[in-house]
Amino acid sequence: MASLSPCRPPSHGLLGRAIIILAPLALGGCDQLVLLDPKGAIGVQEKFLTLLALGIMSAVVIPVMALTLFFAWRYRASNRKAVYAPNWEHSTKIELVVWSIPCCIVFFLALLIWGSTHKLDPYRPLTSEVAPLRVDVVALNWKWLFIYPDYGIATVNRLAIPAGTPINFRLTSESMMNSFFIPQLGSQVYAMAGMQTQLHLIADQPGLYAGRSSAFSGPGFSDMHFDTAAMPAEQFKAWIAEAGAAPLTLDRAAYDALAKPSIKTPPTIYGRVEPGLFDSIVDSFMGDRMPTTAKQASLGTDK
Amino acid sequence: MIFGKLTLDAIPFDEPIIMGTGAVVALGGLAVLALITYYRKWGYLWSEWITSVDHKRIGVMYFVLALVMLLRGFADAIMMRTQQAIAANDAAGYLPPHHYDQIFTAHGVIMIFFVATPFILGLMNFVTPLQLGARDVAYPFLNSLGFWLSVAGAILVMVSMWVGDFAGTGWVSYPPLAELAYSPTVGVDYYIWSLQISGIGTTLAGVNFIVTIFRMRAPGLTLMKMPVFCWTTLITNILIVAIFPVLTATLALLAADRYLGMHFFTNELGGNAMMYINLIWVWGHPEVYVLILPAFGVFSEVISTFSGKPLFGYKSMVYATSSIGVLSFFVWLHHFFTMGSGANVNAFFGIMTTIISIPTGVKLFNWLFTMYRGRIRFHTSTLWTIGFMVTFAVGGMTGVLLAVPGADFLFHNSLFLVAHFHNVIIGGVVYGSLAGMSFWFPKVFGFTLNEFWGKVSFWCWLVGYWLAFTPLYVLGFMGMTRRMNHYDVPAWHPWLVAAWVGACIVGLGILAIIVQLAVSIRDRNKNRDLTGDPWDARSLEWSTASPVPFYNFAHVPVITSLEQHWDDKESGRAGLAPPDYEDIHMPRNTSAGFVMSVFGFVLCFALVWHMWAVAAICALGVIGTFIARAYDRNTDYTVPAEEVARIETERLALRAQGA
Repeated sequence: MASLSPCRPPSHGLLGRAIIILAPLALGGCDQLVLLDPKGAIGVQEKFLTLLALGIMSAVVIPVMALTLFFAWRYRASNRKAVYAPNWEHSTKIELVVWSIPCCIVFFLALLIWGSTHKLDPYRPLTSEVAPLRVDVVALNWKWLFIYPDYGIATVNRLAIPAGTPINFRLTSESMMNSFFIPQLGSQVYAMAGMQTQLHLIADQPGLYAGRSSAFSGPGFSDMHFDTAAMPAEQFKAWIAEAGAAPLTLDRAAYDALAKPSIKTPPTIYGRVEPGLFDSIVDSFMGDRMPTTAKQASLGTDK
Repeated sequence: MIFGKLTLDAIPFDEPIIMGTGAVVALGGLAVLALITYYRKWGYLWSEWITSVDHKRIGVMYFVLALVMLLRGFADAIMMRTQQAIAANDAAGYLPPHHYDQIFTAHGVIMIFFVATPFILGLMNFVTPLQLGARDVAYPFLNSLGFWLSVAGAILVMVSMWVGDFAGTGWVSYPPLAELAYSPTVGVDYYIWSLQISGIGTTLAGVNFIVTIFRMRAPGLTLMKMPVFCWTTLITNILIVAIFPVLTATLALLAADRYLGMHFFTNELGGNAMMYINLIWVWGHPEVYVLILPAFGVFSEVISTFSGKPLFGYKSMVYATSSIGVLSFFVWLHHFFTMGSGANVNAFFGIMTTIISIPTGVKLFNWLFTMYRGRIRFHTSTLWTIGFMVTFAVGGMTGVLLAVPGADFLFHNSLFLVAHFHNVIIGGVVYGSLAGMSFWFPKVFGFTLNEFWGKVSFWCWLVGYWLAFTPLYVLGFMGMTRRMNHYDVPAWHPWLVAAWVGACIVGLGILAIIVQLAVSIRDRNKNRDLTGDPWDARSLEWSTASPVPFYNFAHVPVITSLEQHWDDKESGRAGLAPPDYEDIHMPRNTSAGFVMSVFGFVLCFALVWHMWAVAAICALGVIGTFIARAYDRNTDYTVPAEEVARIETERLALRAQGA
């Protein structure tokens, strides 16, 4: 967190704080509510944003709910003590108030949305002193392939990342649309065939975080989850070295075999990856037309 | 050539659940047919209902369709809840993925197209012409056709259960999953054709109601004197006419991909699935306002009647309804903030979505101030309305939260989202339809519904909803995504069991509705409404008899105020026998709508199974019937004044007896 400054540690509003404190009491353990227990800067900001937006709205919604029940009780037909105004149907003052209250809230929310959407844009690289790690993600039926272009290695159904290092993901899919989501790290983004999307995340603490697809992609979808192992930088270096020694090679033929639909594929490590494999997967629907142009275009988005 | 791809293998004999259901439905259907034959009701059914163009009867039939399909949609729901309640820790549960995927797809399709839509079309059909002081809708034959086309769509979905399979793609059937390469069975074809045929029916209804409202209002009834329910009907139908052609075109493109080898949405040859996702939500988001606006109309009528006050802020309500109609076209992208659009685009659609909550919030306040200083009677429909206000407020709040892109990046496709849209659809559309049912039932059938069972149903639905969907909100925070067949996170399990219990309580609520109907029919003679105005209500429909005579009003009323009936009662003009009666011009019943829909149904079934010869014959049948109908000059008749006088005198005598 110290090396990273997309946002100051959130200063929770009173209501936000109340919700944070009350949630575990009511629900028996914050640790299961993974979205309220983020482990990376993006997730922390999104959690704060969620609680802030809920807090602002609750300030009106909860009184309205209470008032509904109160009015229903107070003006029940049997209560002859309550005032009855059988012809009262208009008050400019009240109308002004009922239009202004939602307008004010929406004004604040609009400001919040404009700012946060730009700050949390999944395509926006994280500012950090630590050089980012590049990971290319391919959604297959029904498993995840992670290619580390900087190291020429790849894994299936297990993502290893160094903690405290921004991760620059490029995502695509072999055929079906999926959504790449590690709840405790924050944002999700679609992985779509023939296209490349981007996502920037960071894990601030080492740990094991569940990842999954959150866009239904067919019969094997429910098993399309993976572990994300965020490890200290040193340990990650050691892991890279170890992975590089793995005997399997991911060339085009191996990829085609891997791409065949399967479920519960055990985590696998490929010690070598054919260079340009990710781009060729993105381009795989281009036929023989303009592969190089498409490749340049997709590379052009890289820094 | 005759049977296309259809063989006996298409019937899943090896699936005990499906075959068991099939046996129950077949036996039940046979029993119904036998009863109709035994009581010699075929002629009555044919001449009074199937060929009827009476907007009231069509309204009732829409409601029956919705209630029947609600049973099927709920059966799907309870099967999904059961699956998720037992498939913990990677247990397989009792539904294999292929079956489970079809169930959640069918659940969504049925609940939106064949439950919620018929509910609101039923209410609009019954109520709107009466509130306008009209004798029928503008195009009575189109109305009949539209209804039977919707039935054809519903039957097609039901048939898919036993002949072939249904789509296992989710209720909006995103490609590439919905393309031939990844969904090679007939499931998606059933999806396409059932929505196409019912979608045409809905479009026709939309055209019909717009013209009815603009052209068929009683003299003196200016737009700003229409009850809010008519306003919501108007805006809803403008939305229908604007968006349903988009759905039709989108599904036609998907059909072209699947039938003609085109590549609009495929991965290869320049197809682009993102185009489909945009198009389907250009239809899909306004569609939720199509459903909710008439429900808002119902609540407005109910709350004002049972508070004994005019609706607070009528003009605000009209402007709010209209602005929701306009704004609903500028929010569709919030269904896929995670597609990778730029921050400017996401922020724009996020802000537009929050803006739409302004008029919605205003409505909530206006209902609140209608209750303020009222004399509230807790009729079942009042309970539905108060339950709605409390429930919907939460659904609105979670909806706005999902409109914040930064938050949506966490909750997209999660069970939080599932909880949100059930919150607004159950808490809004379903509560509204059931409120409308208990409110207008005496107007339709001439006797009131049993209050005890109505209240039992309300409390079951209210408690059941909260118990079923609060856990889903929590599970969203636990990172659980939708449409999972099984899962390996033990912490999710207790919440899913709680949700299952909630769903069962909702089931009791549905059962209570059935009991309520049965008990009410049994006790109908005790609960006759002879006054035509059992709730001391305010708008025009309560000034005529219950049940409404087929011509609606003996005299077309002349409108001078927003609450005509109430003002008439205040000034002592209500319910007086007119000095004389006149001839009434009415549309004649026709079987053309039913016959065209039968051809249409077989046409769609034939298209699903590639039975080209059958399809061609049926297409000719549809067109031929339509041409025959177009040349039919005998489409109307006159009710002589003496006949009207006889009916009215009889009714006034009955009322005098009752009083």
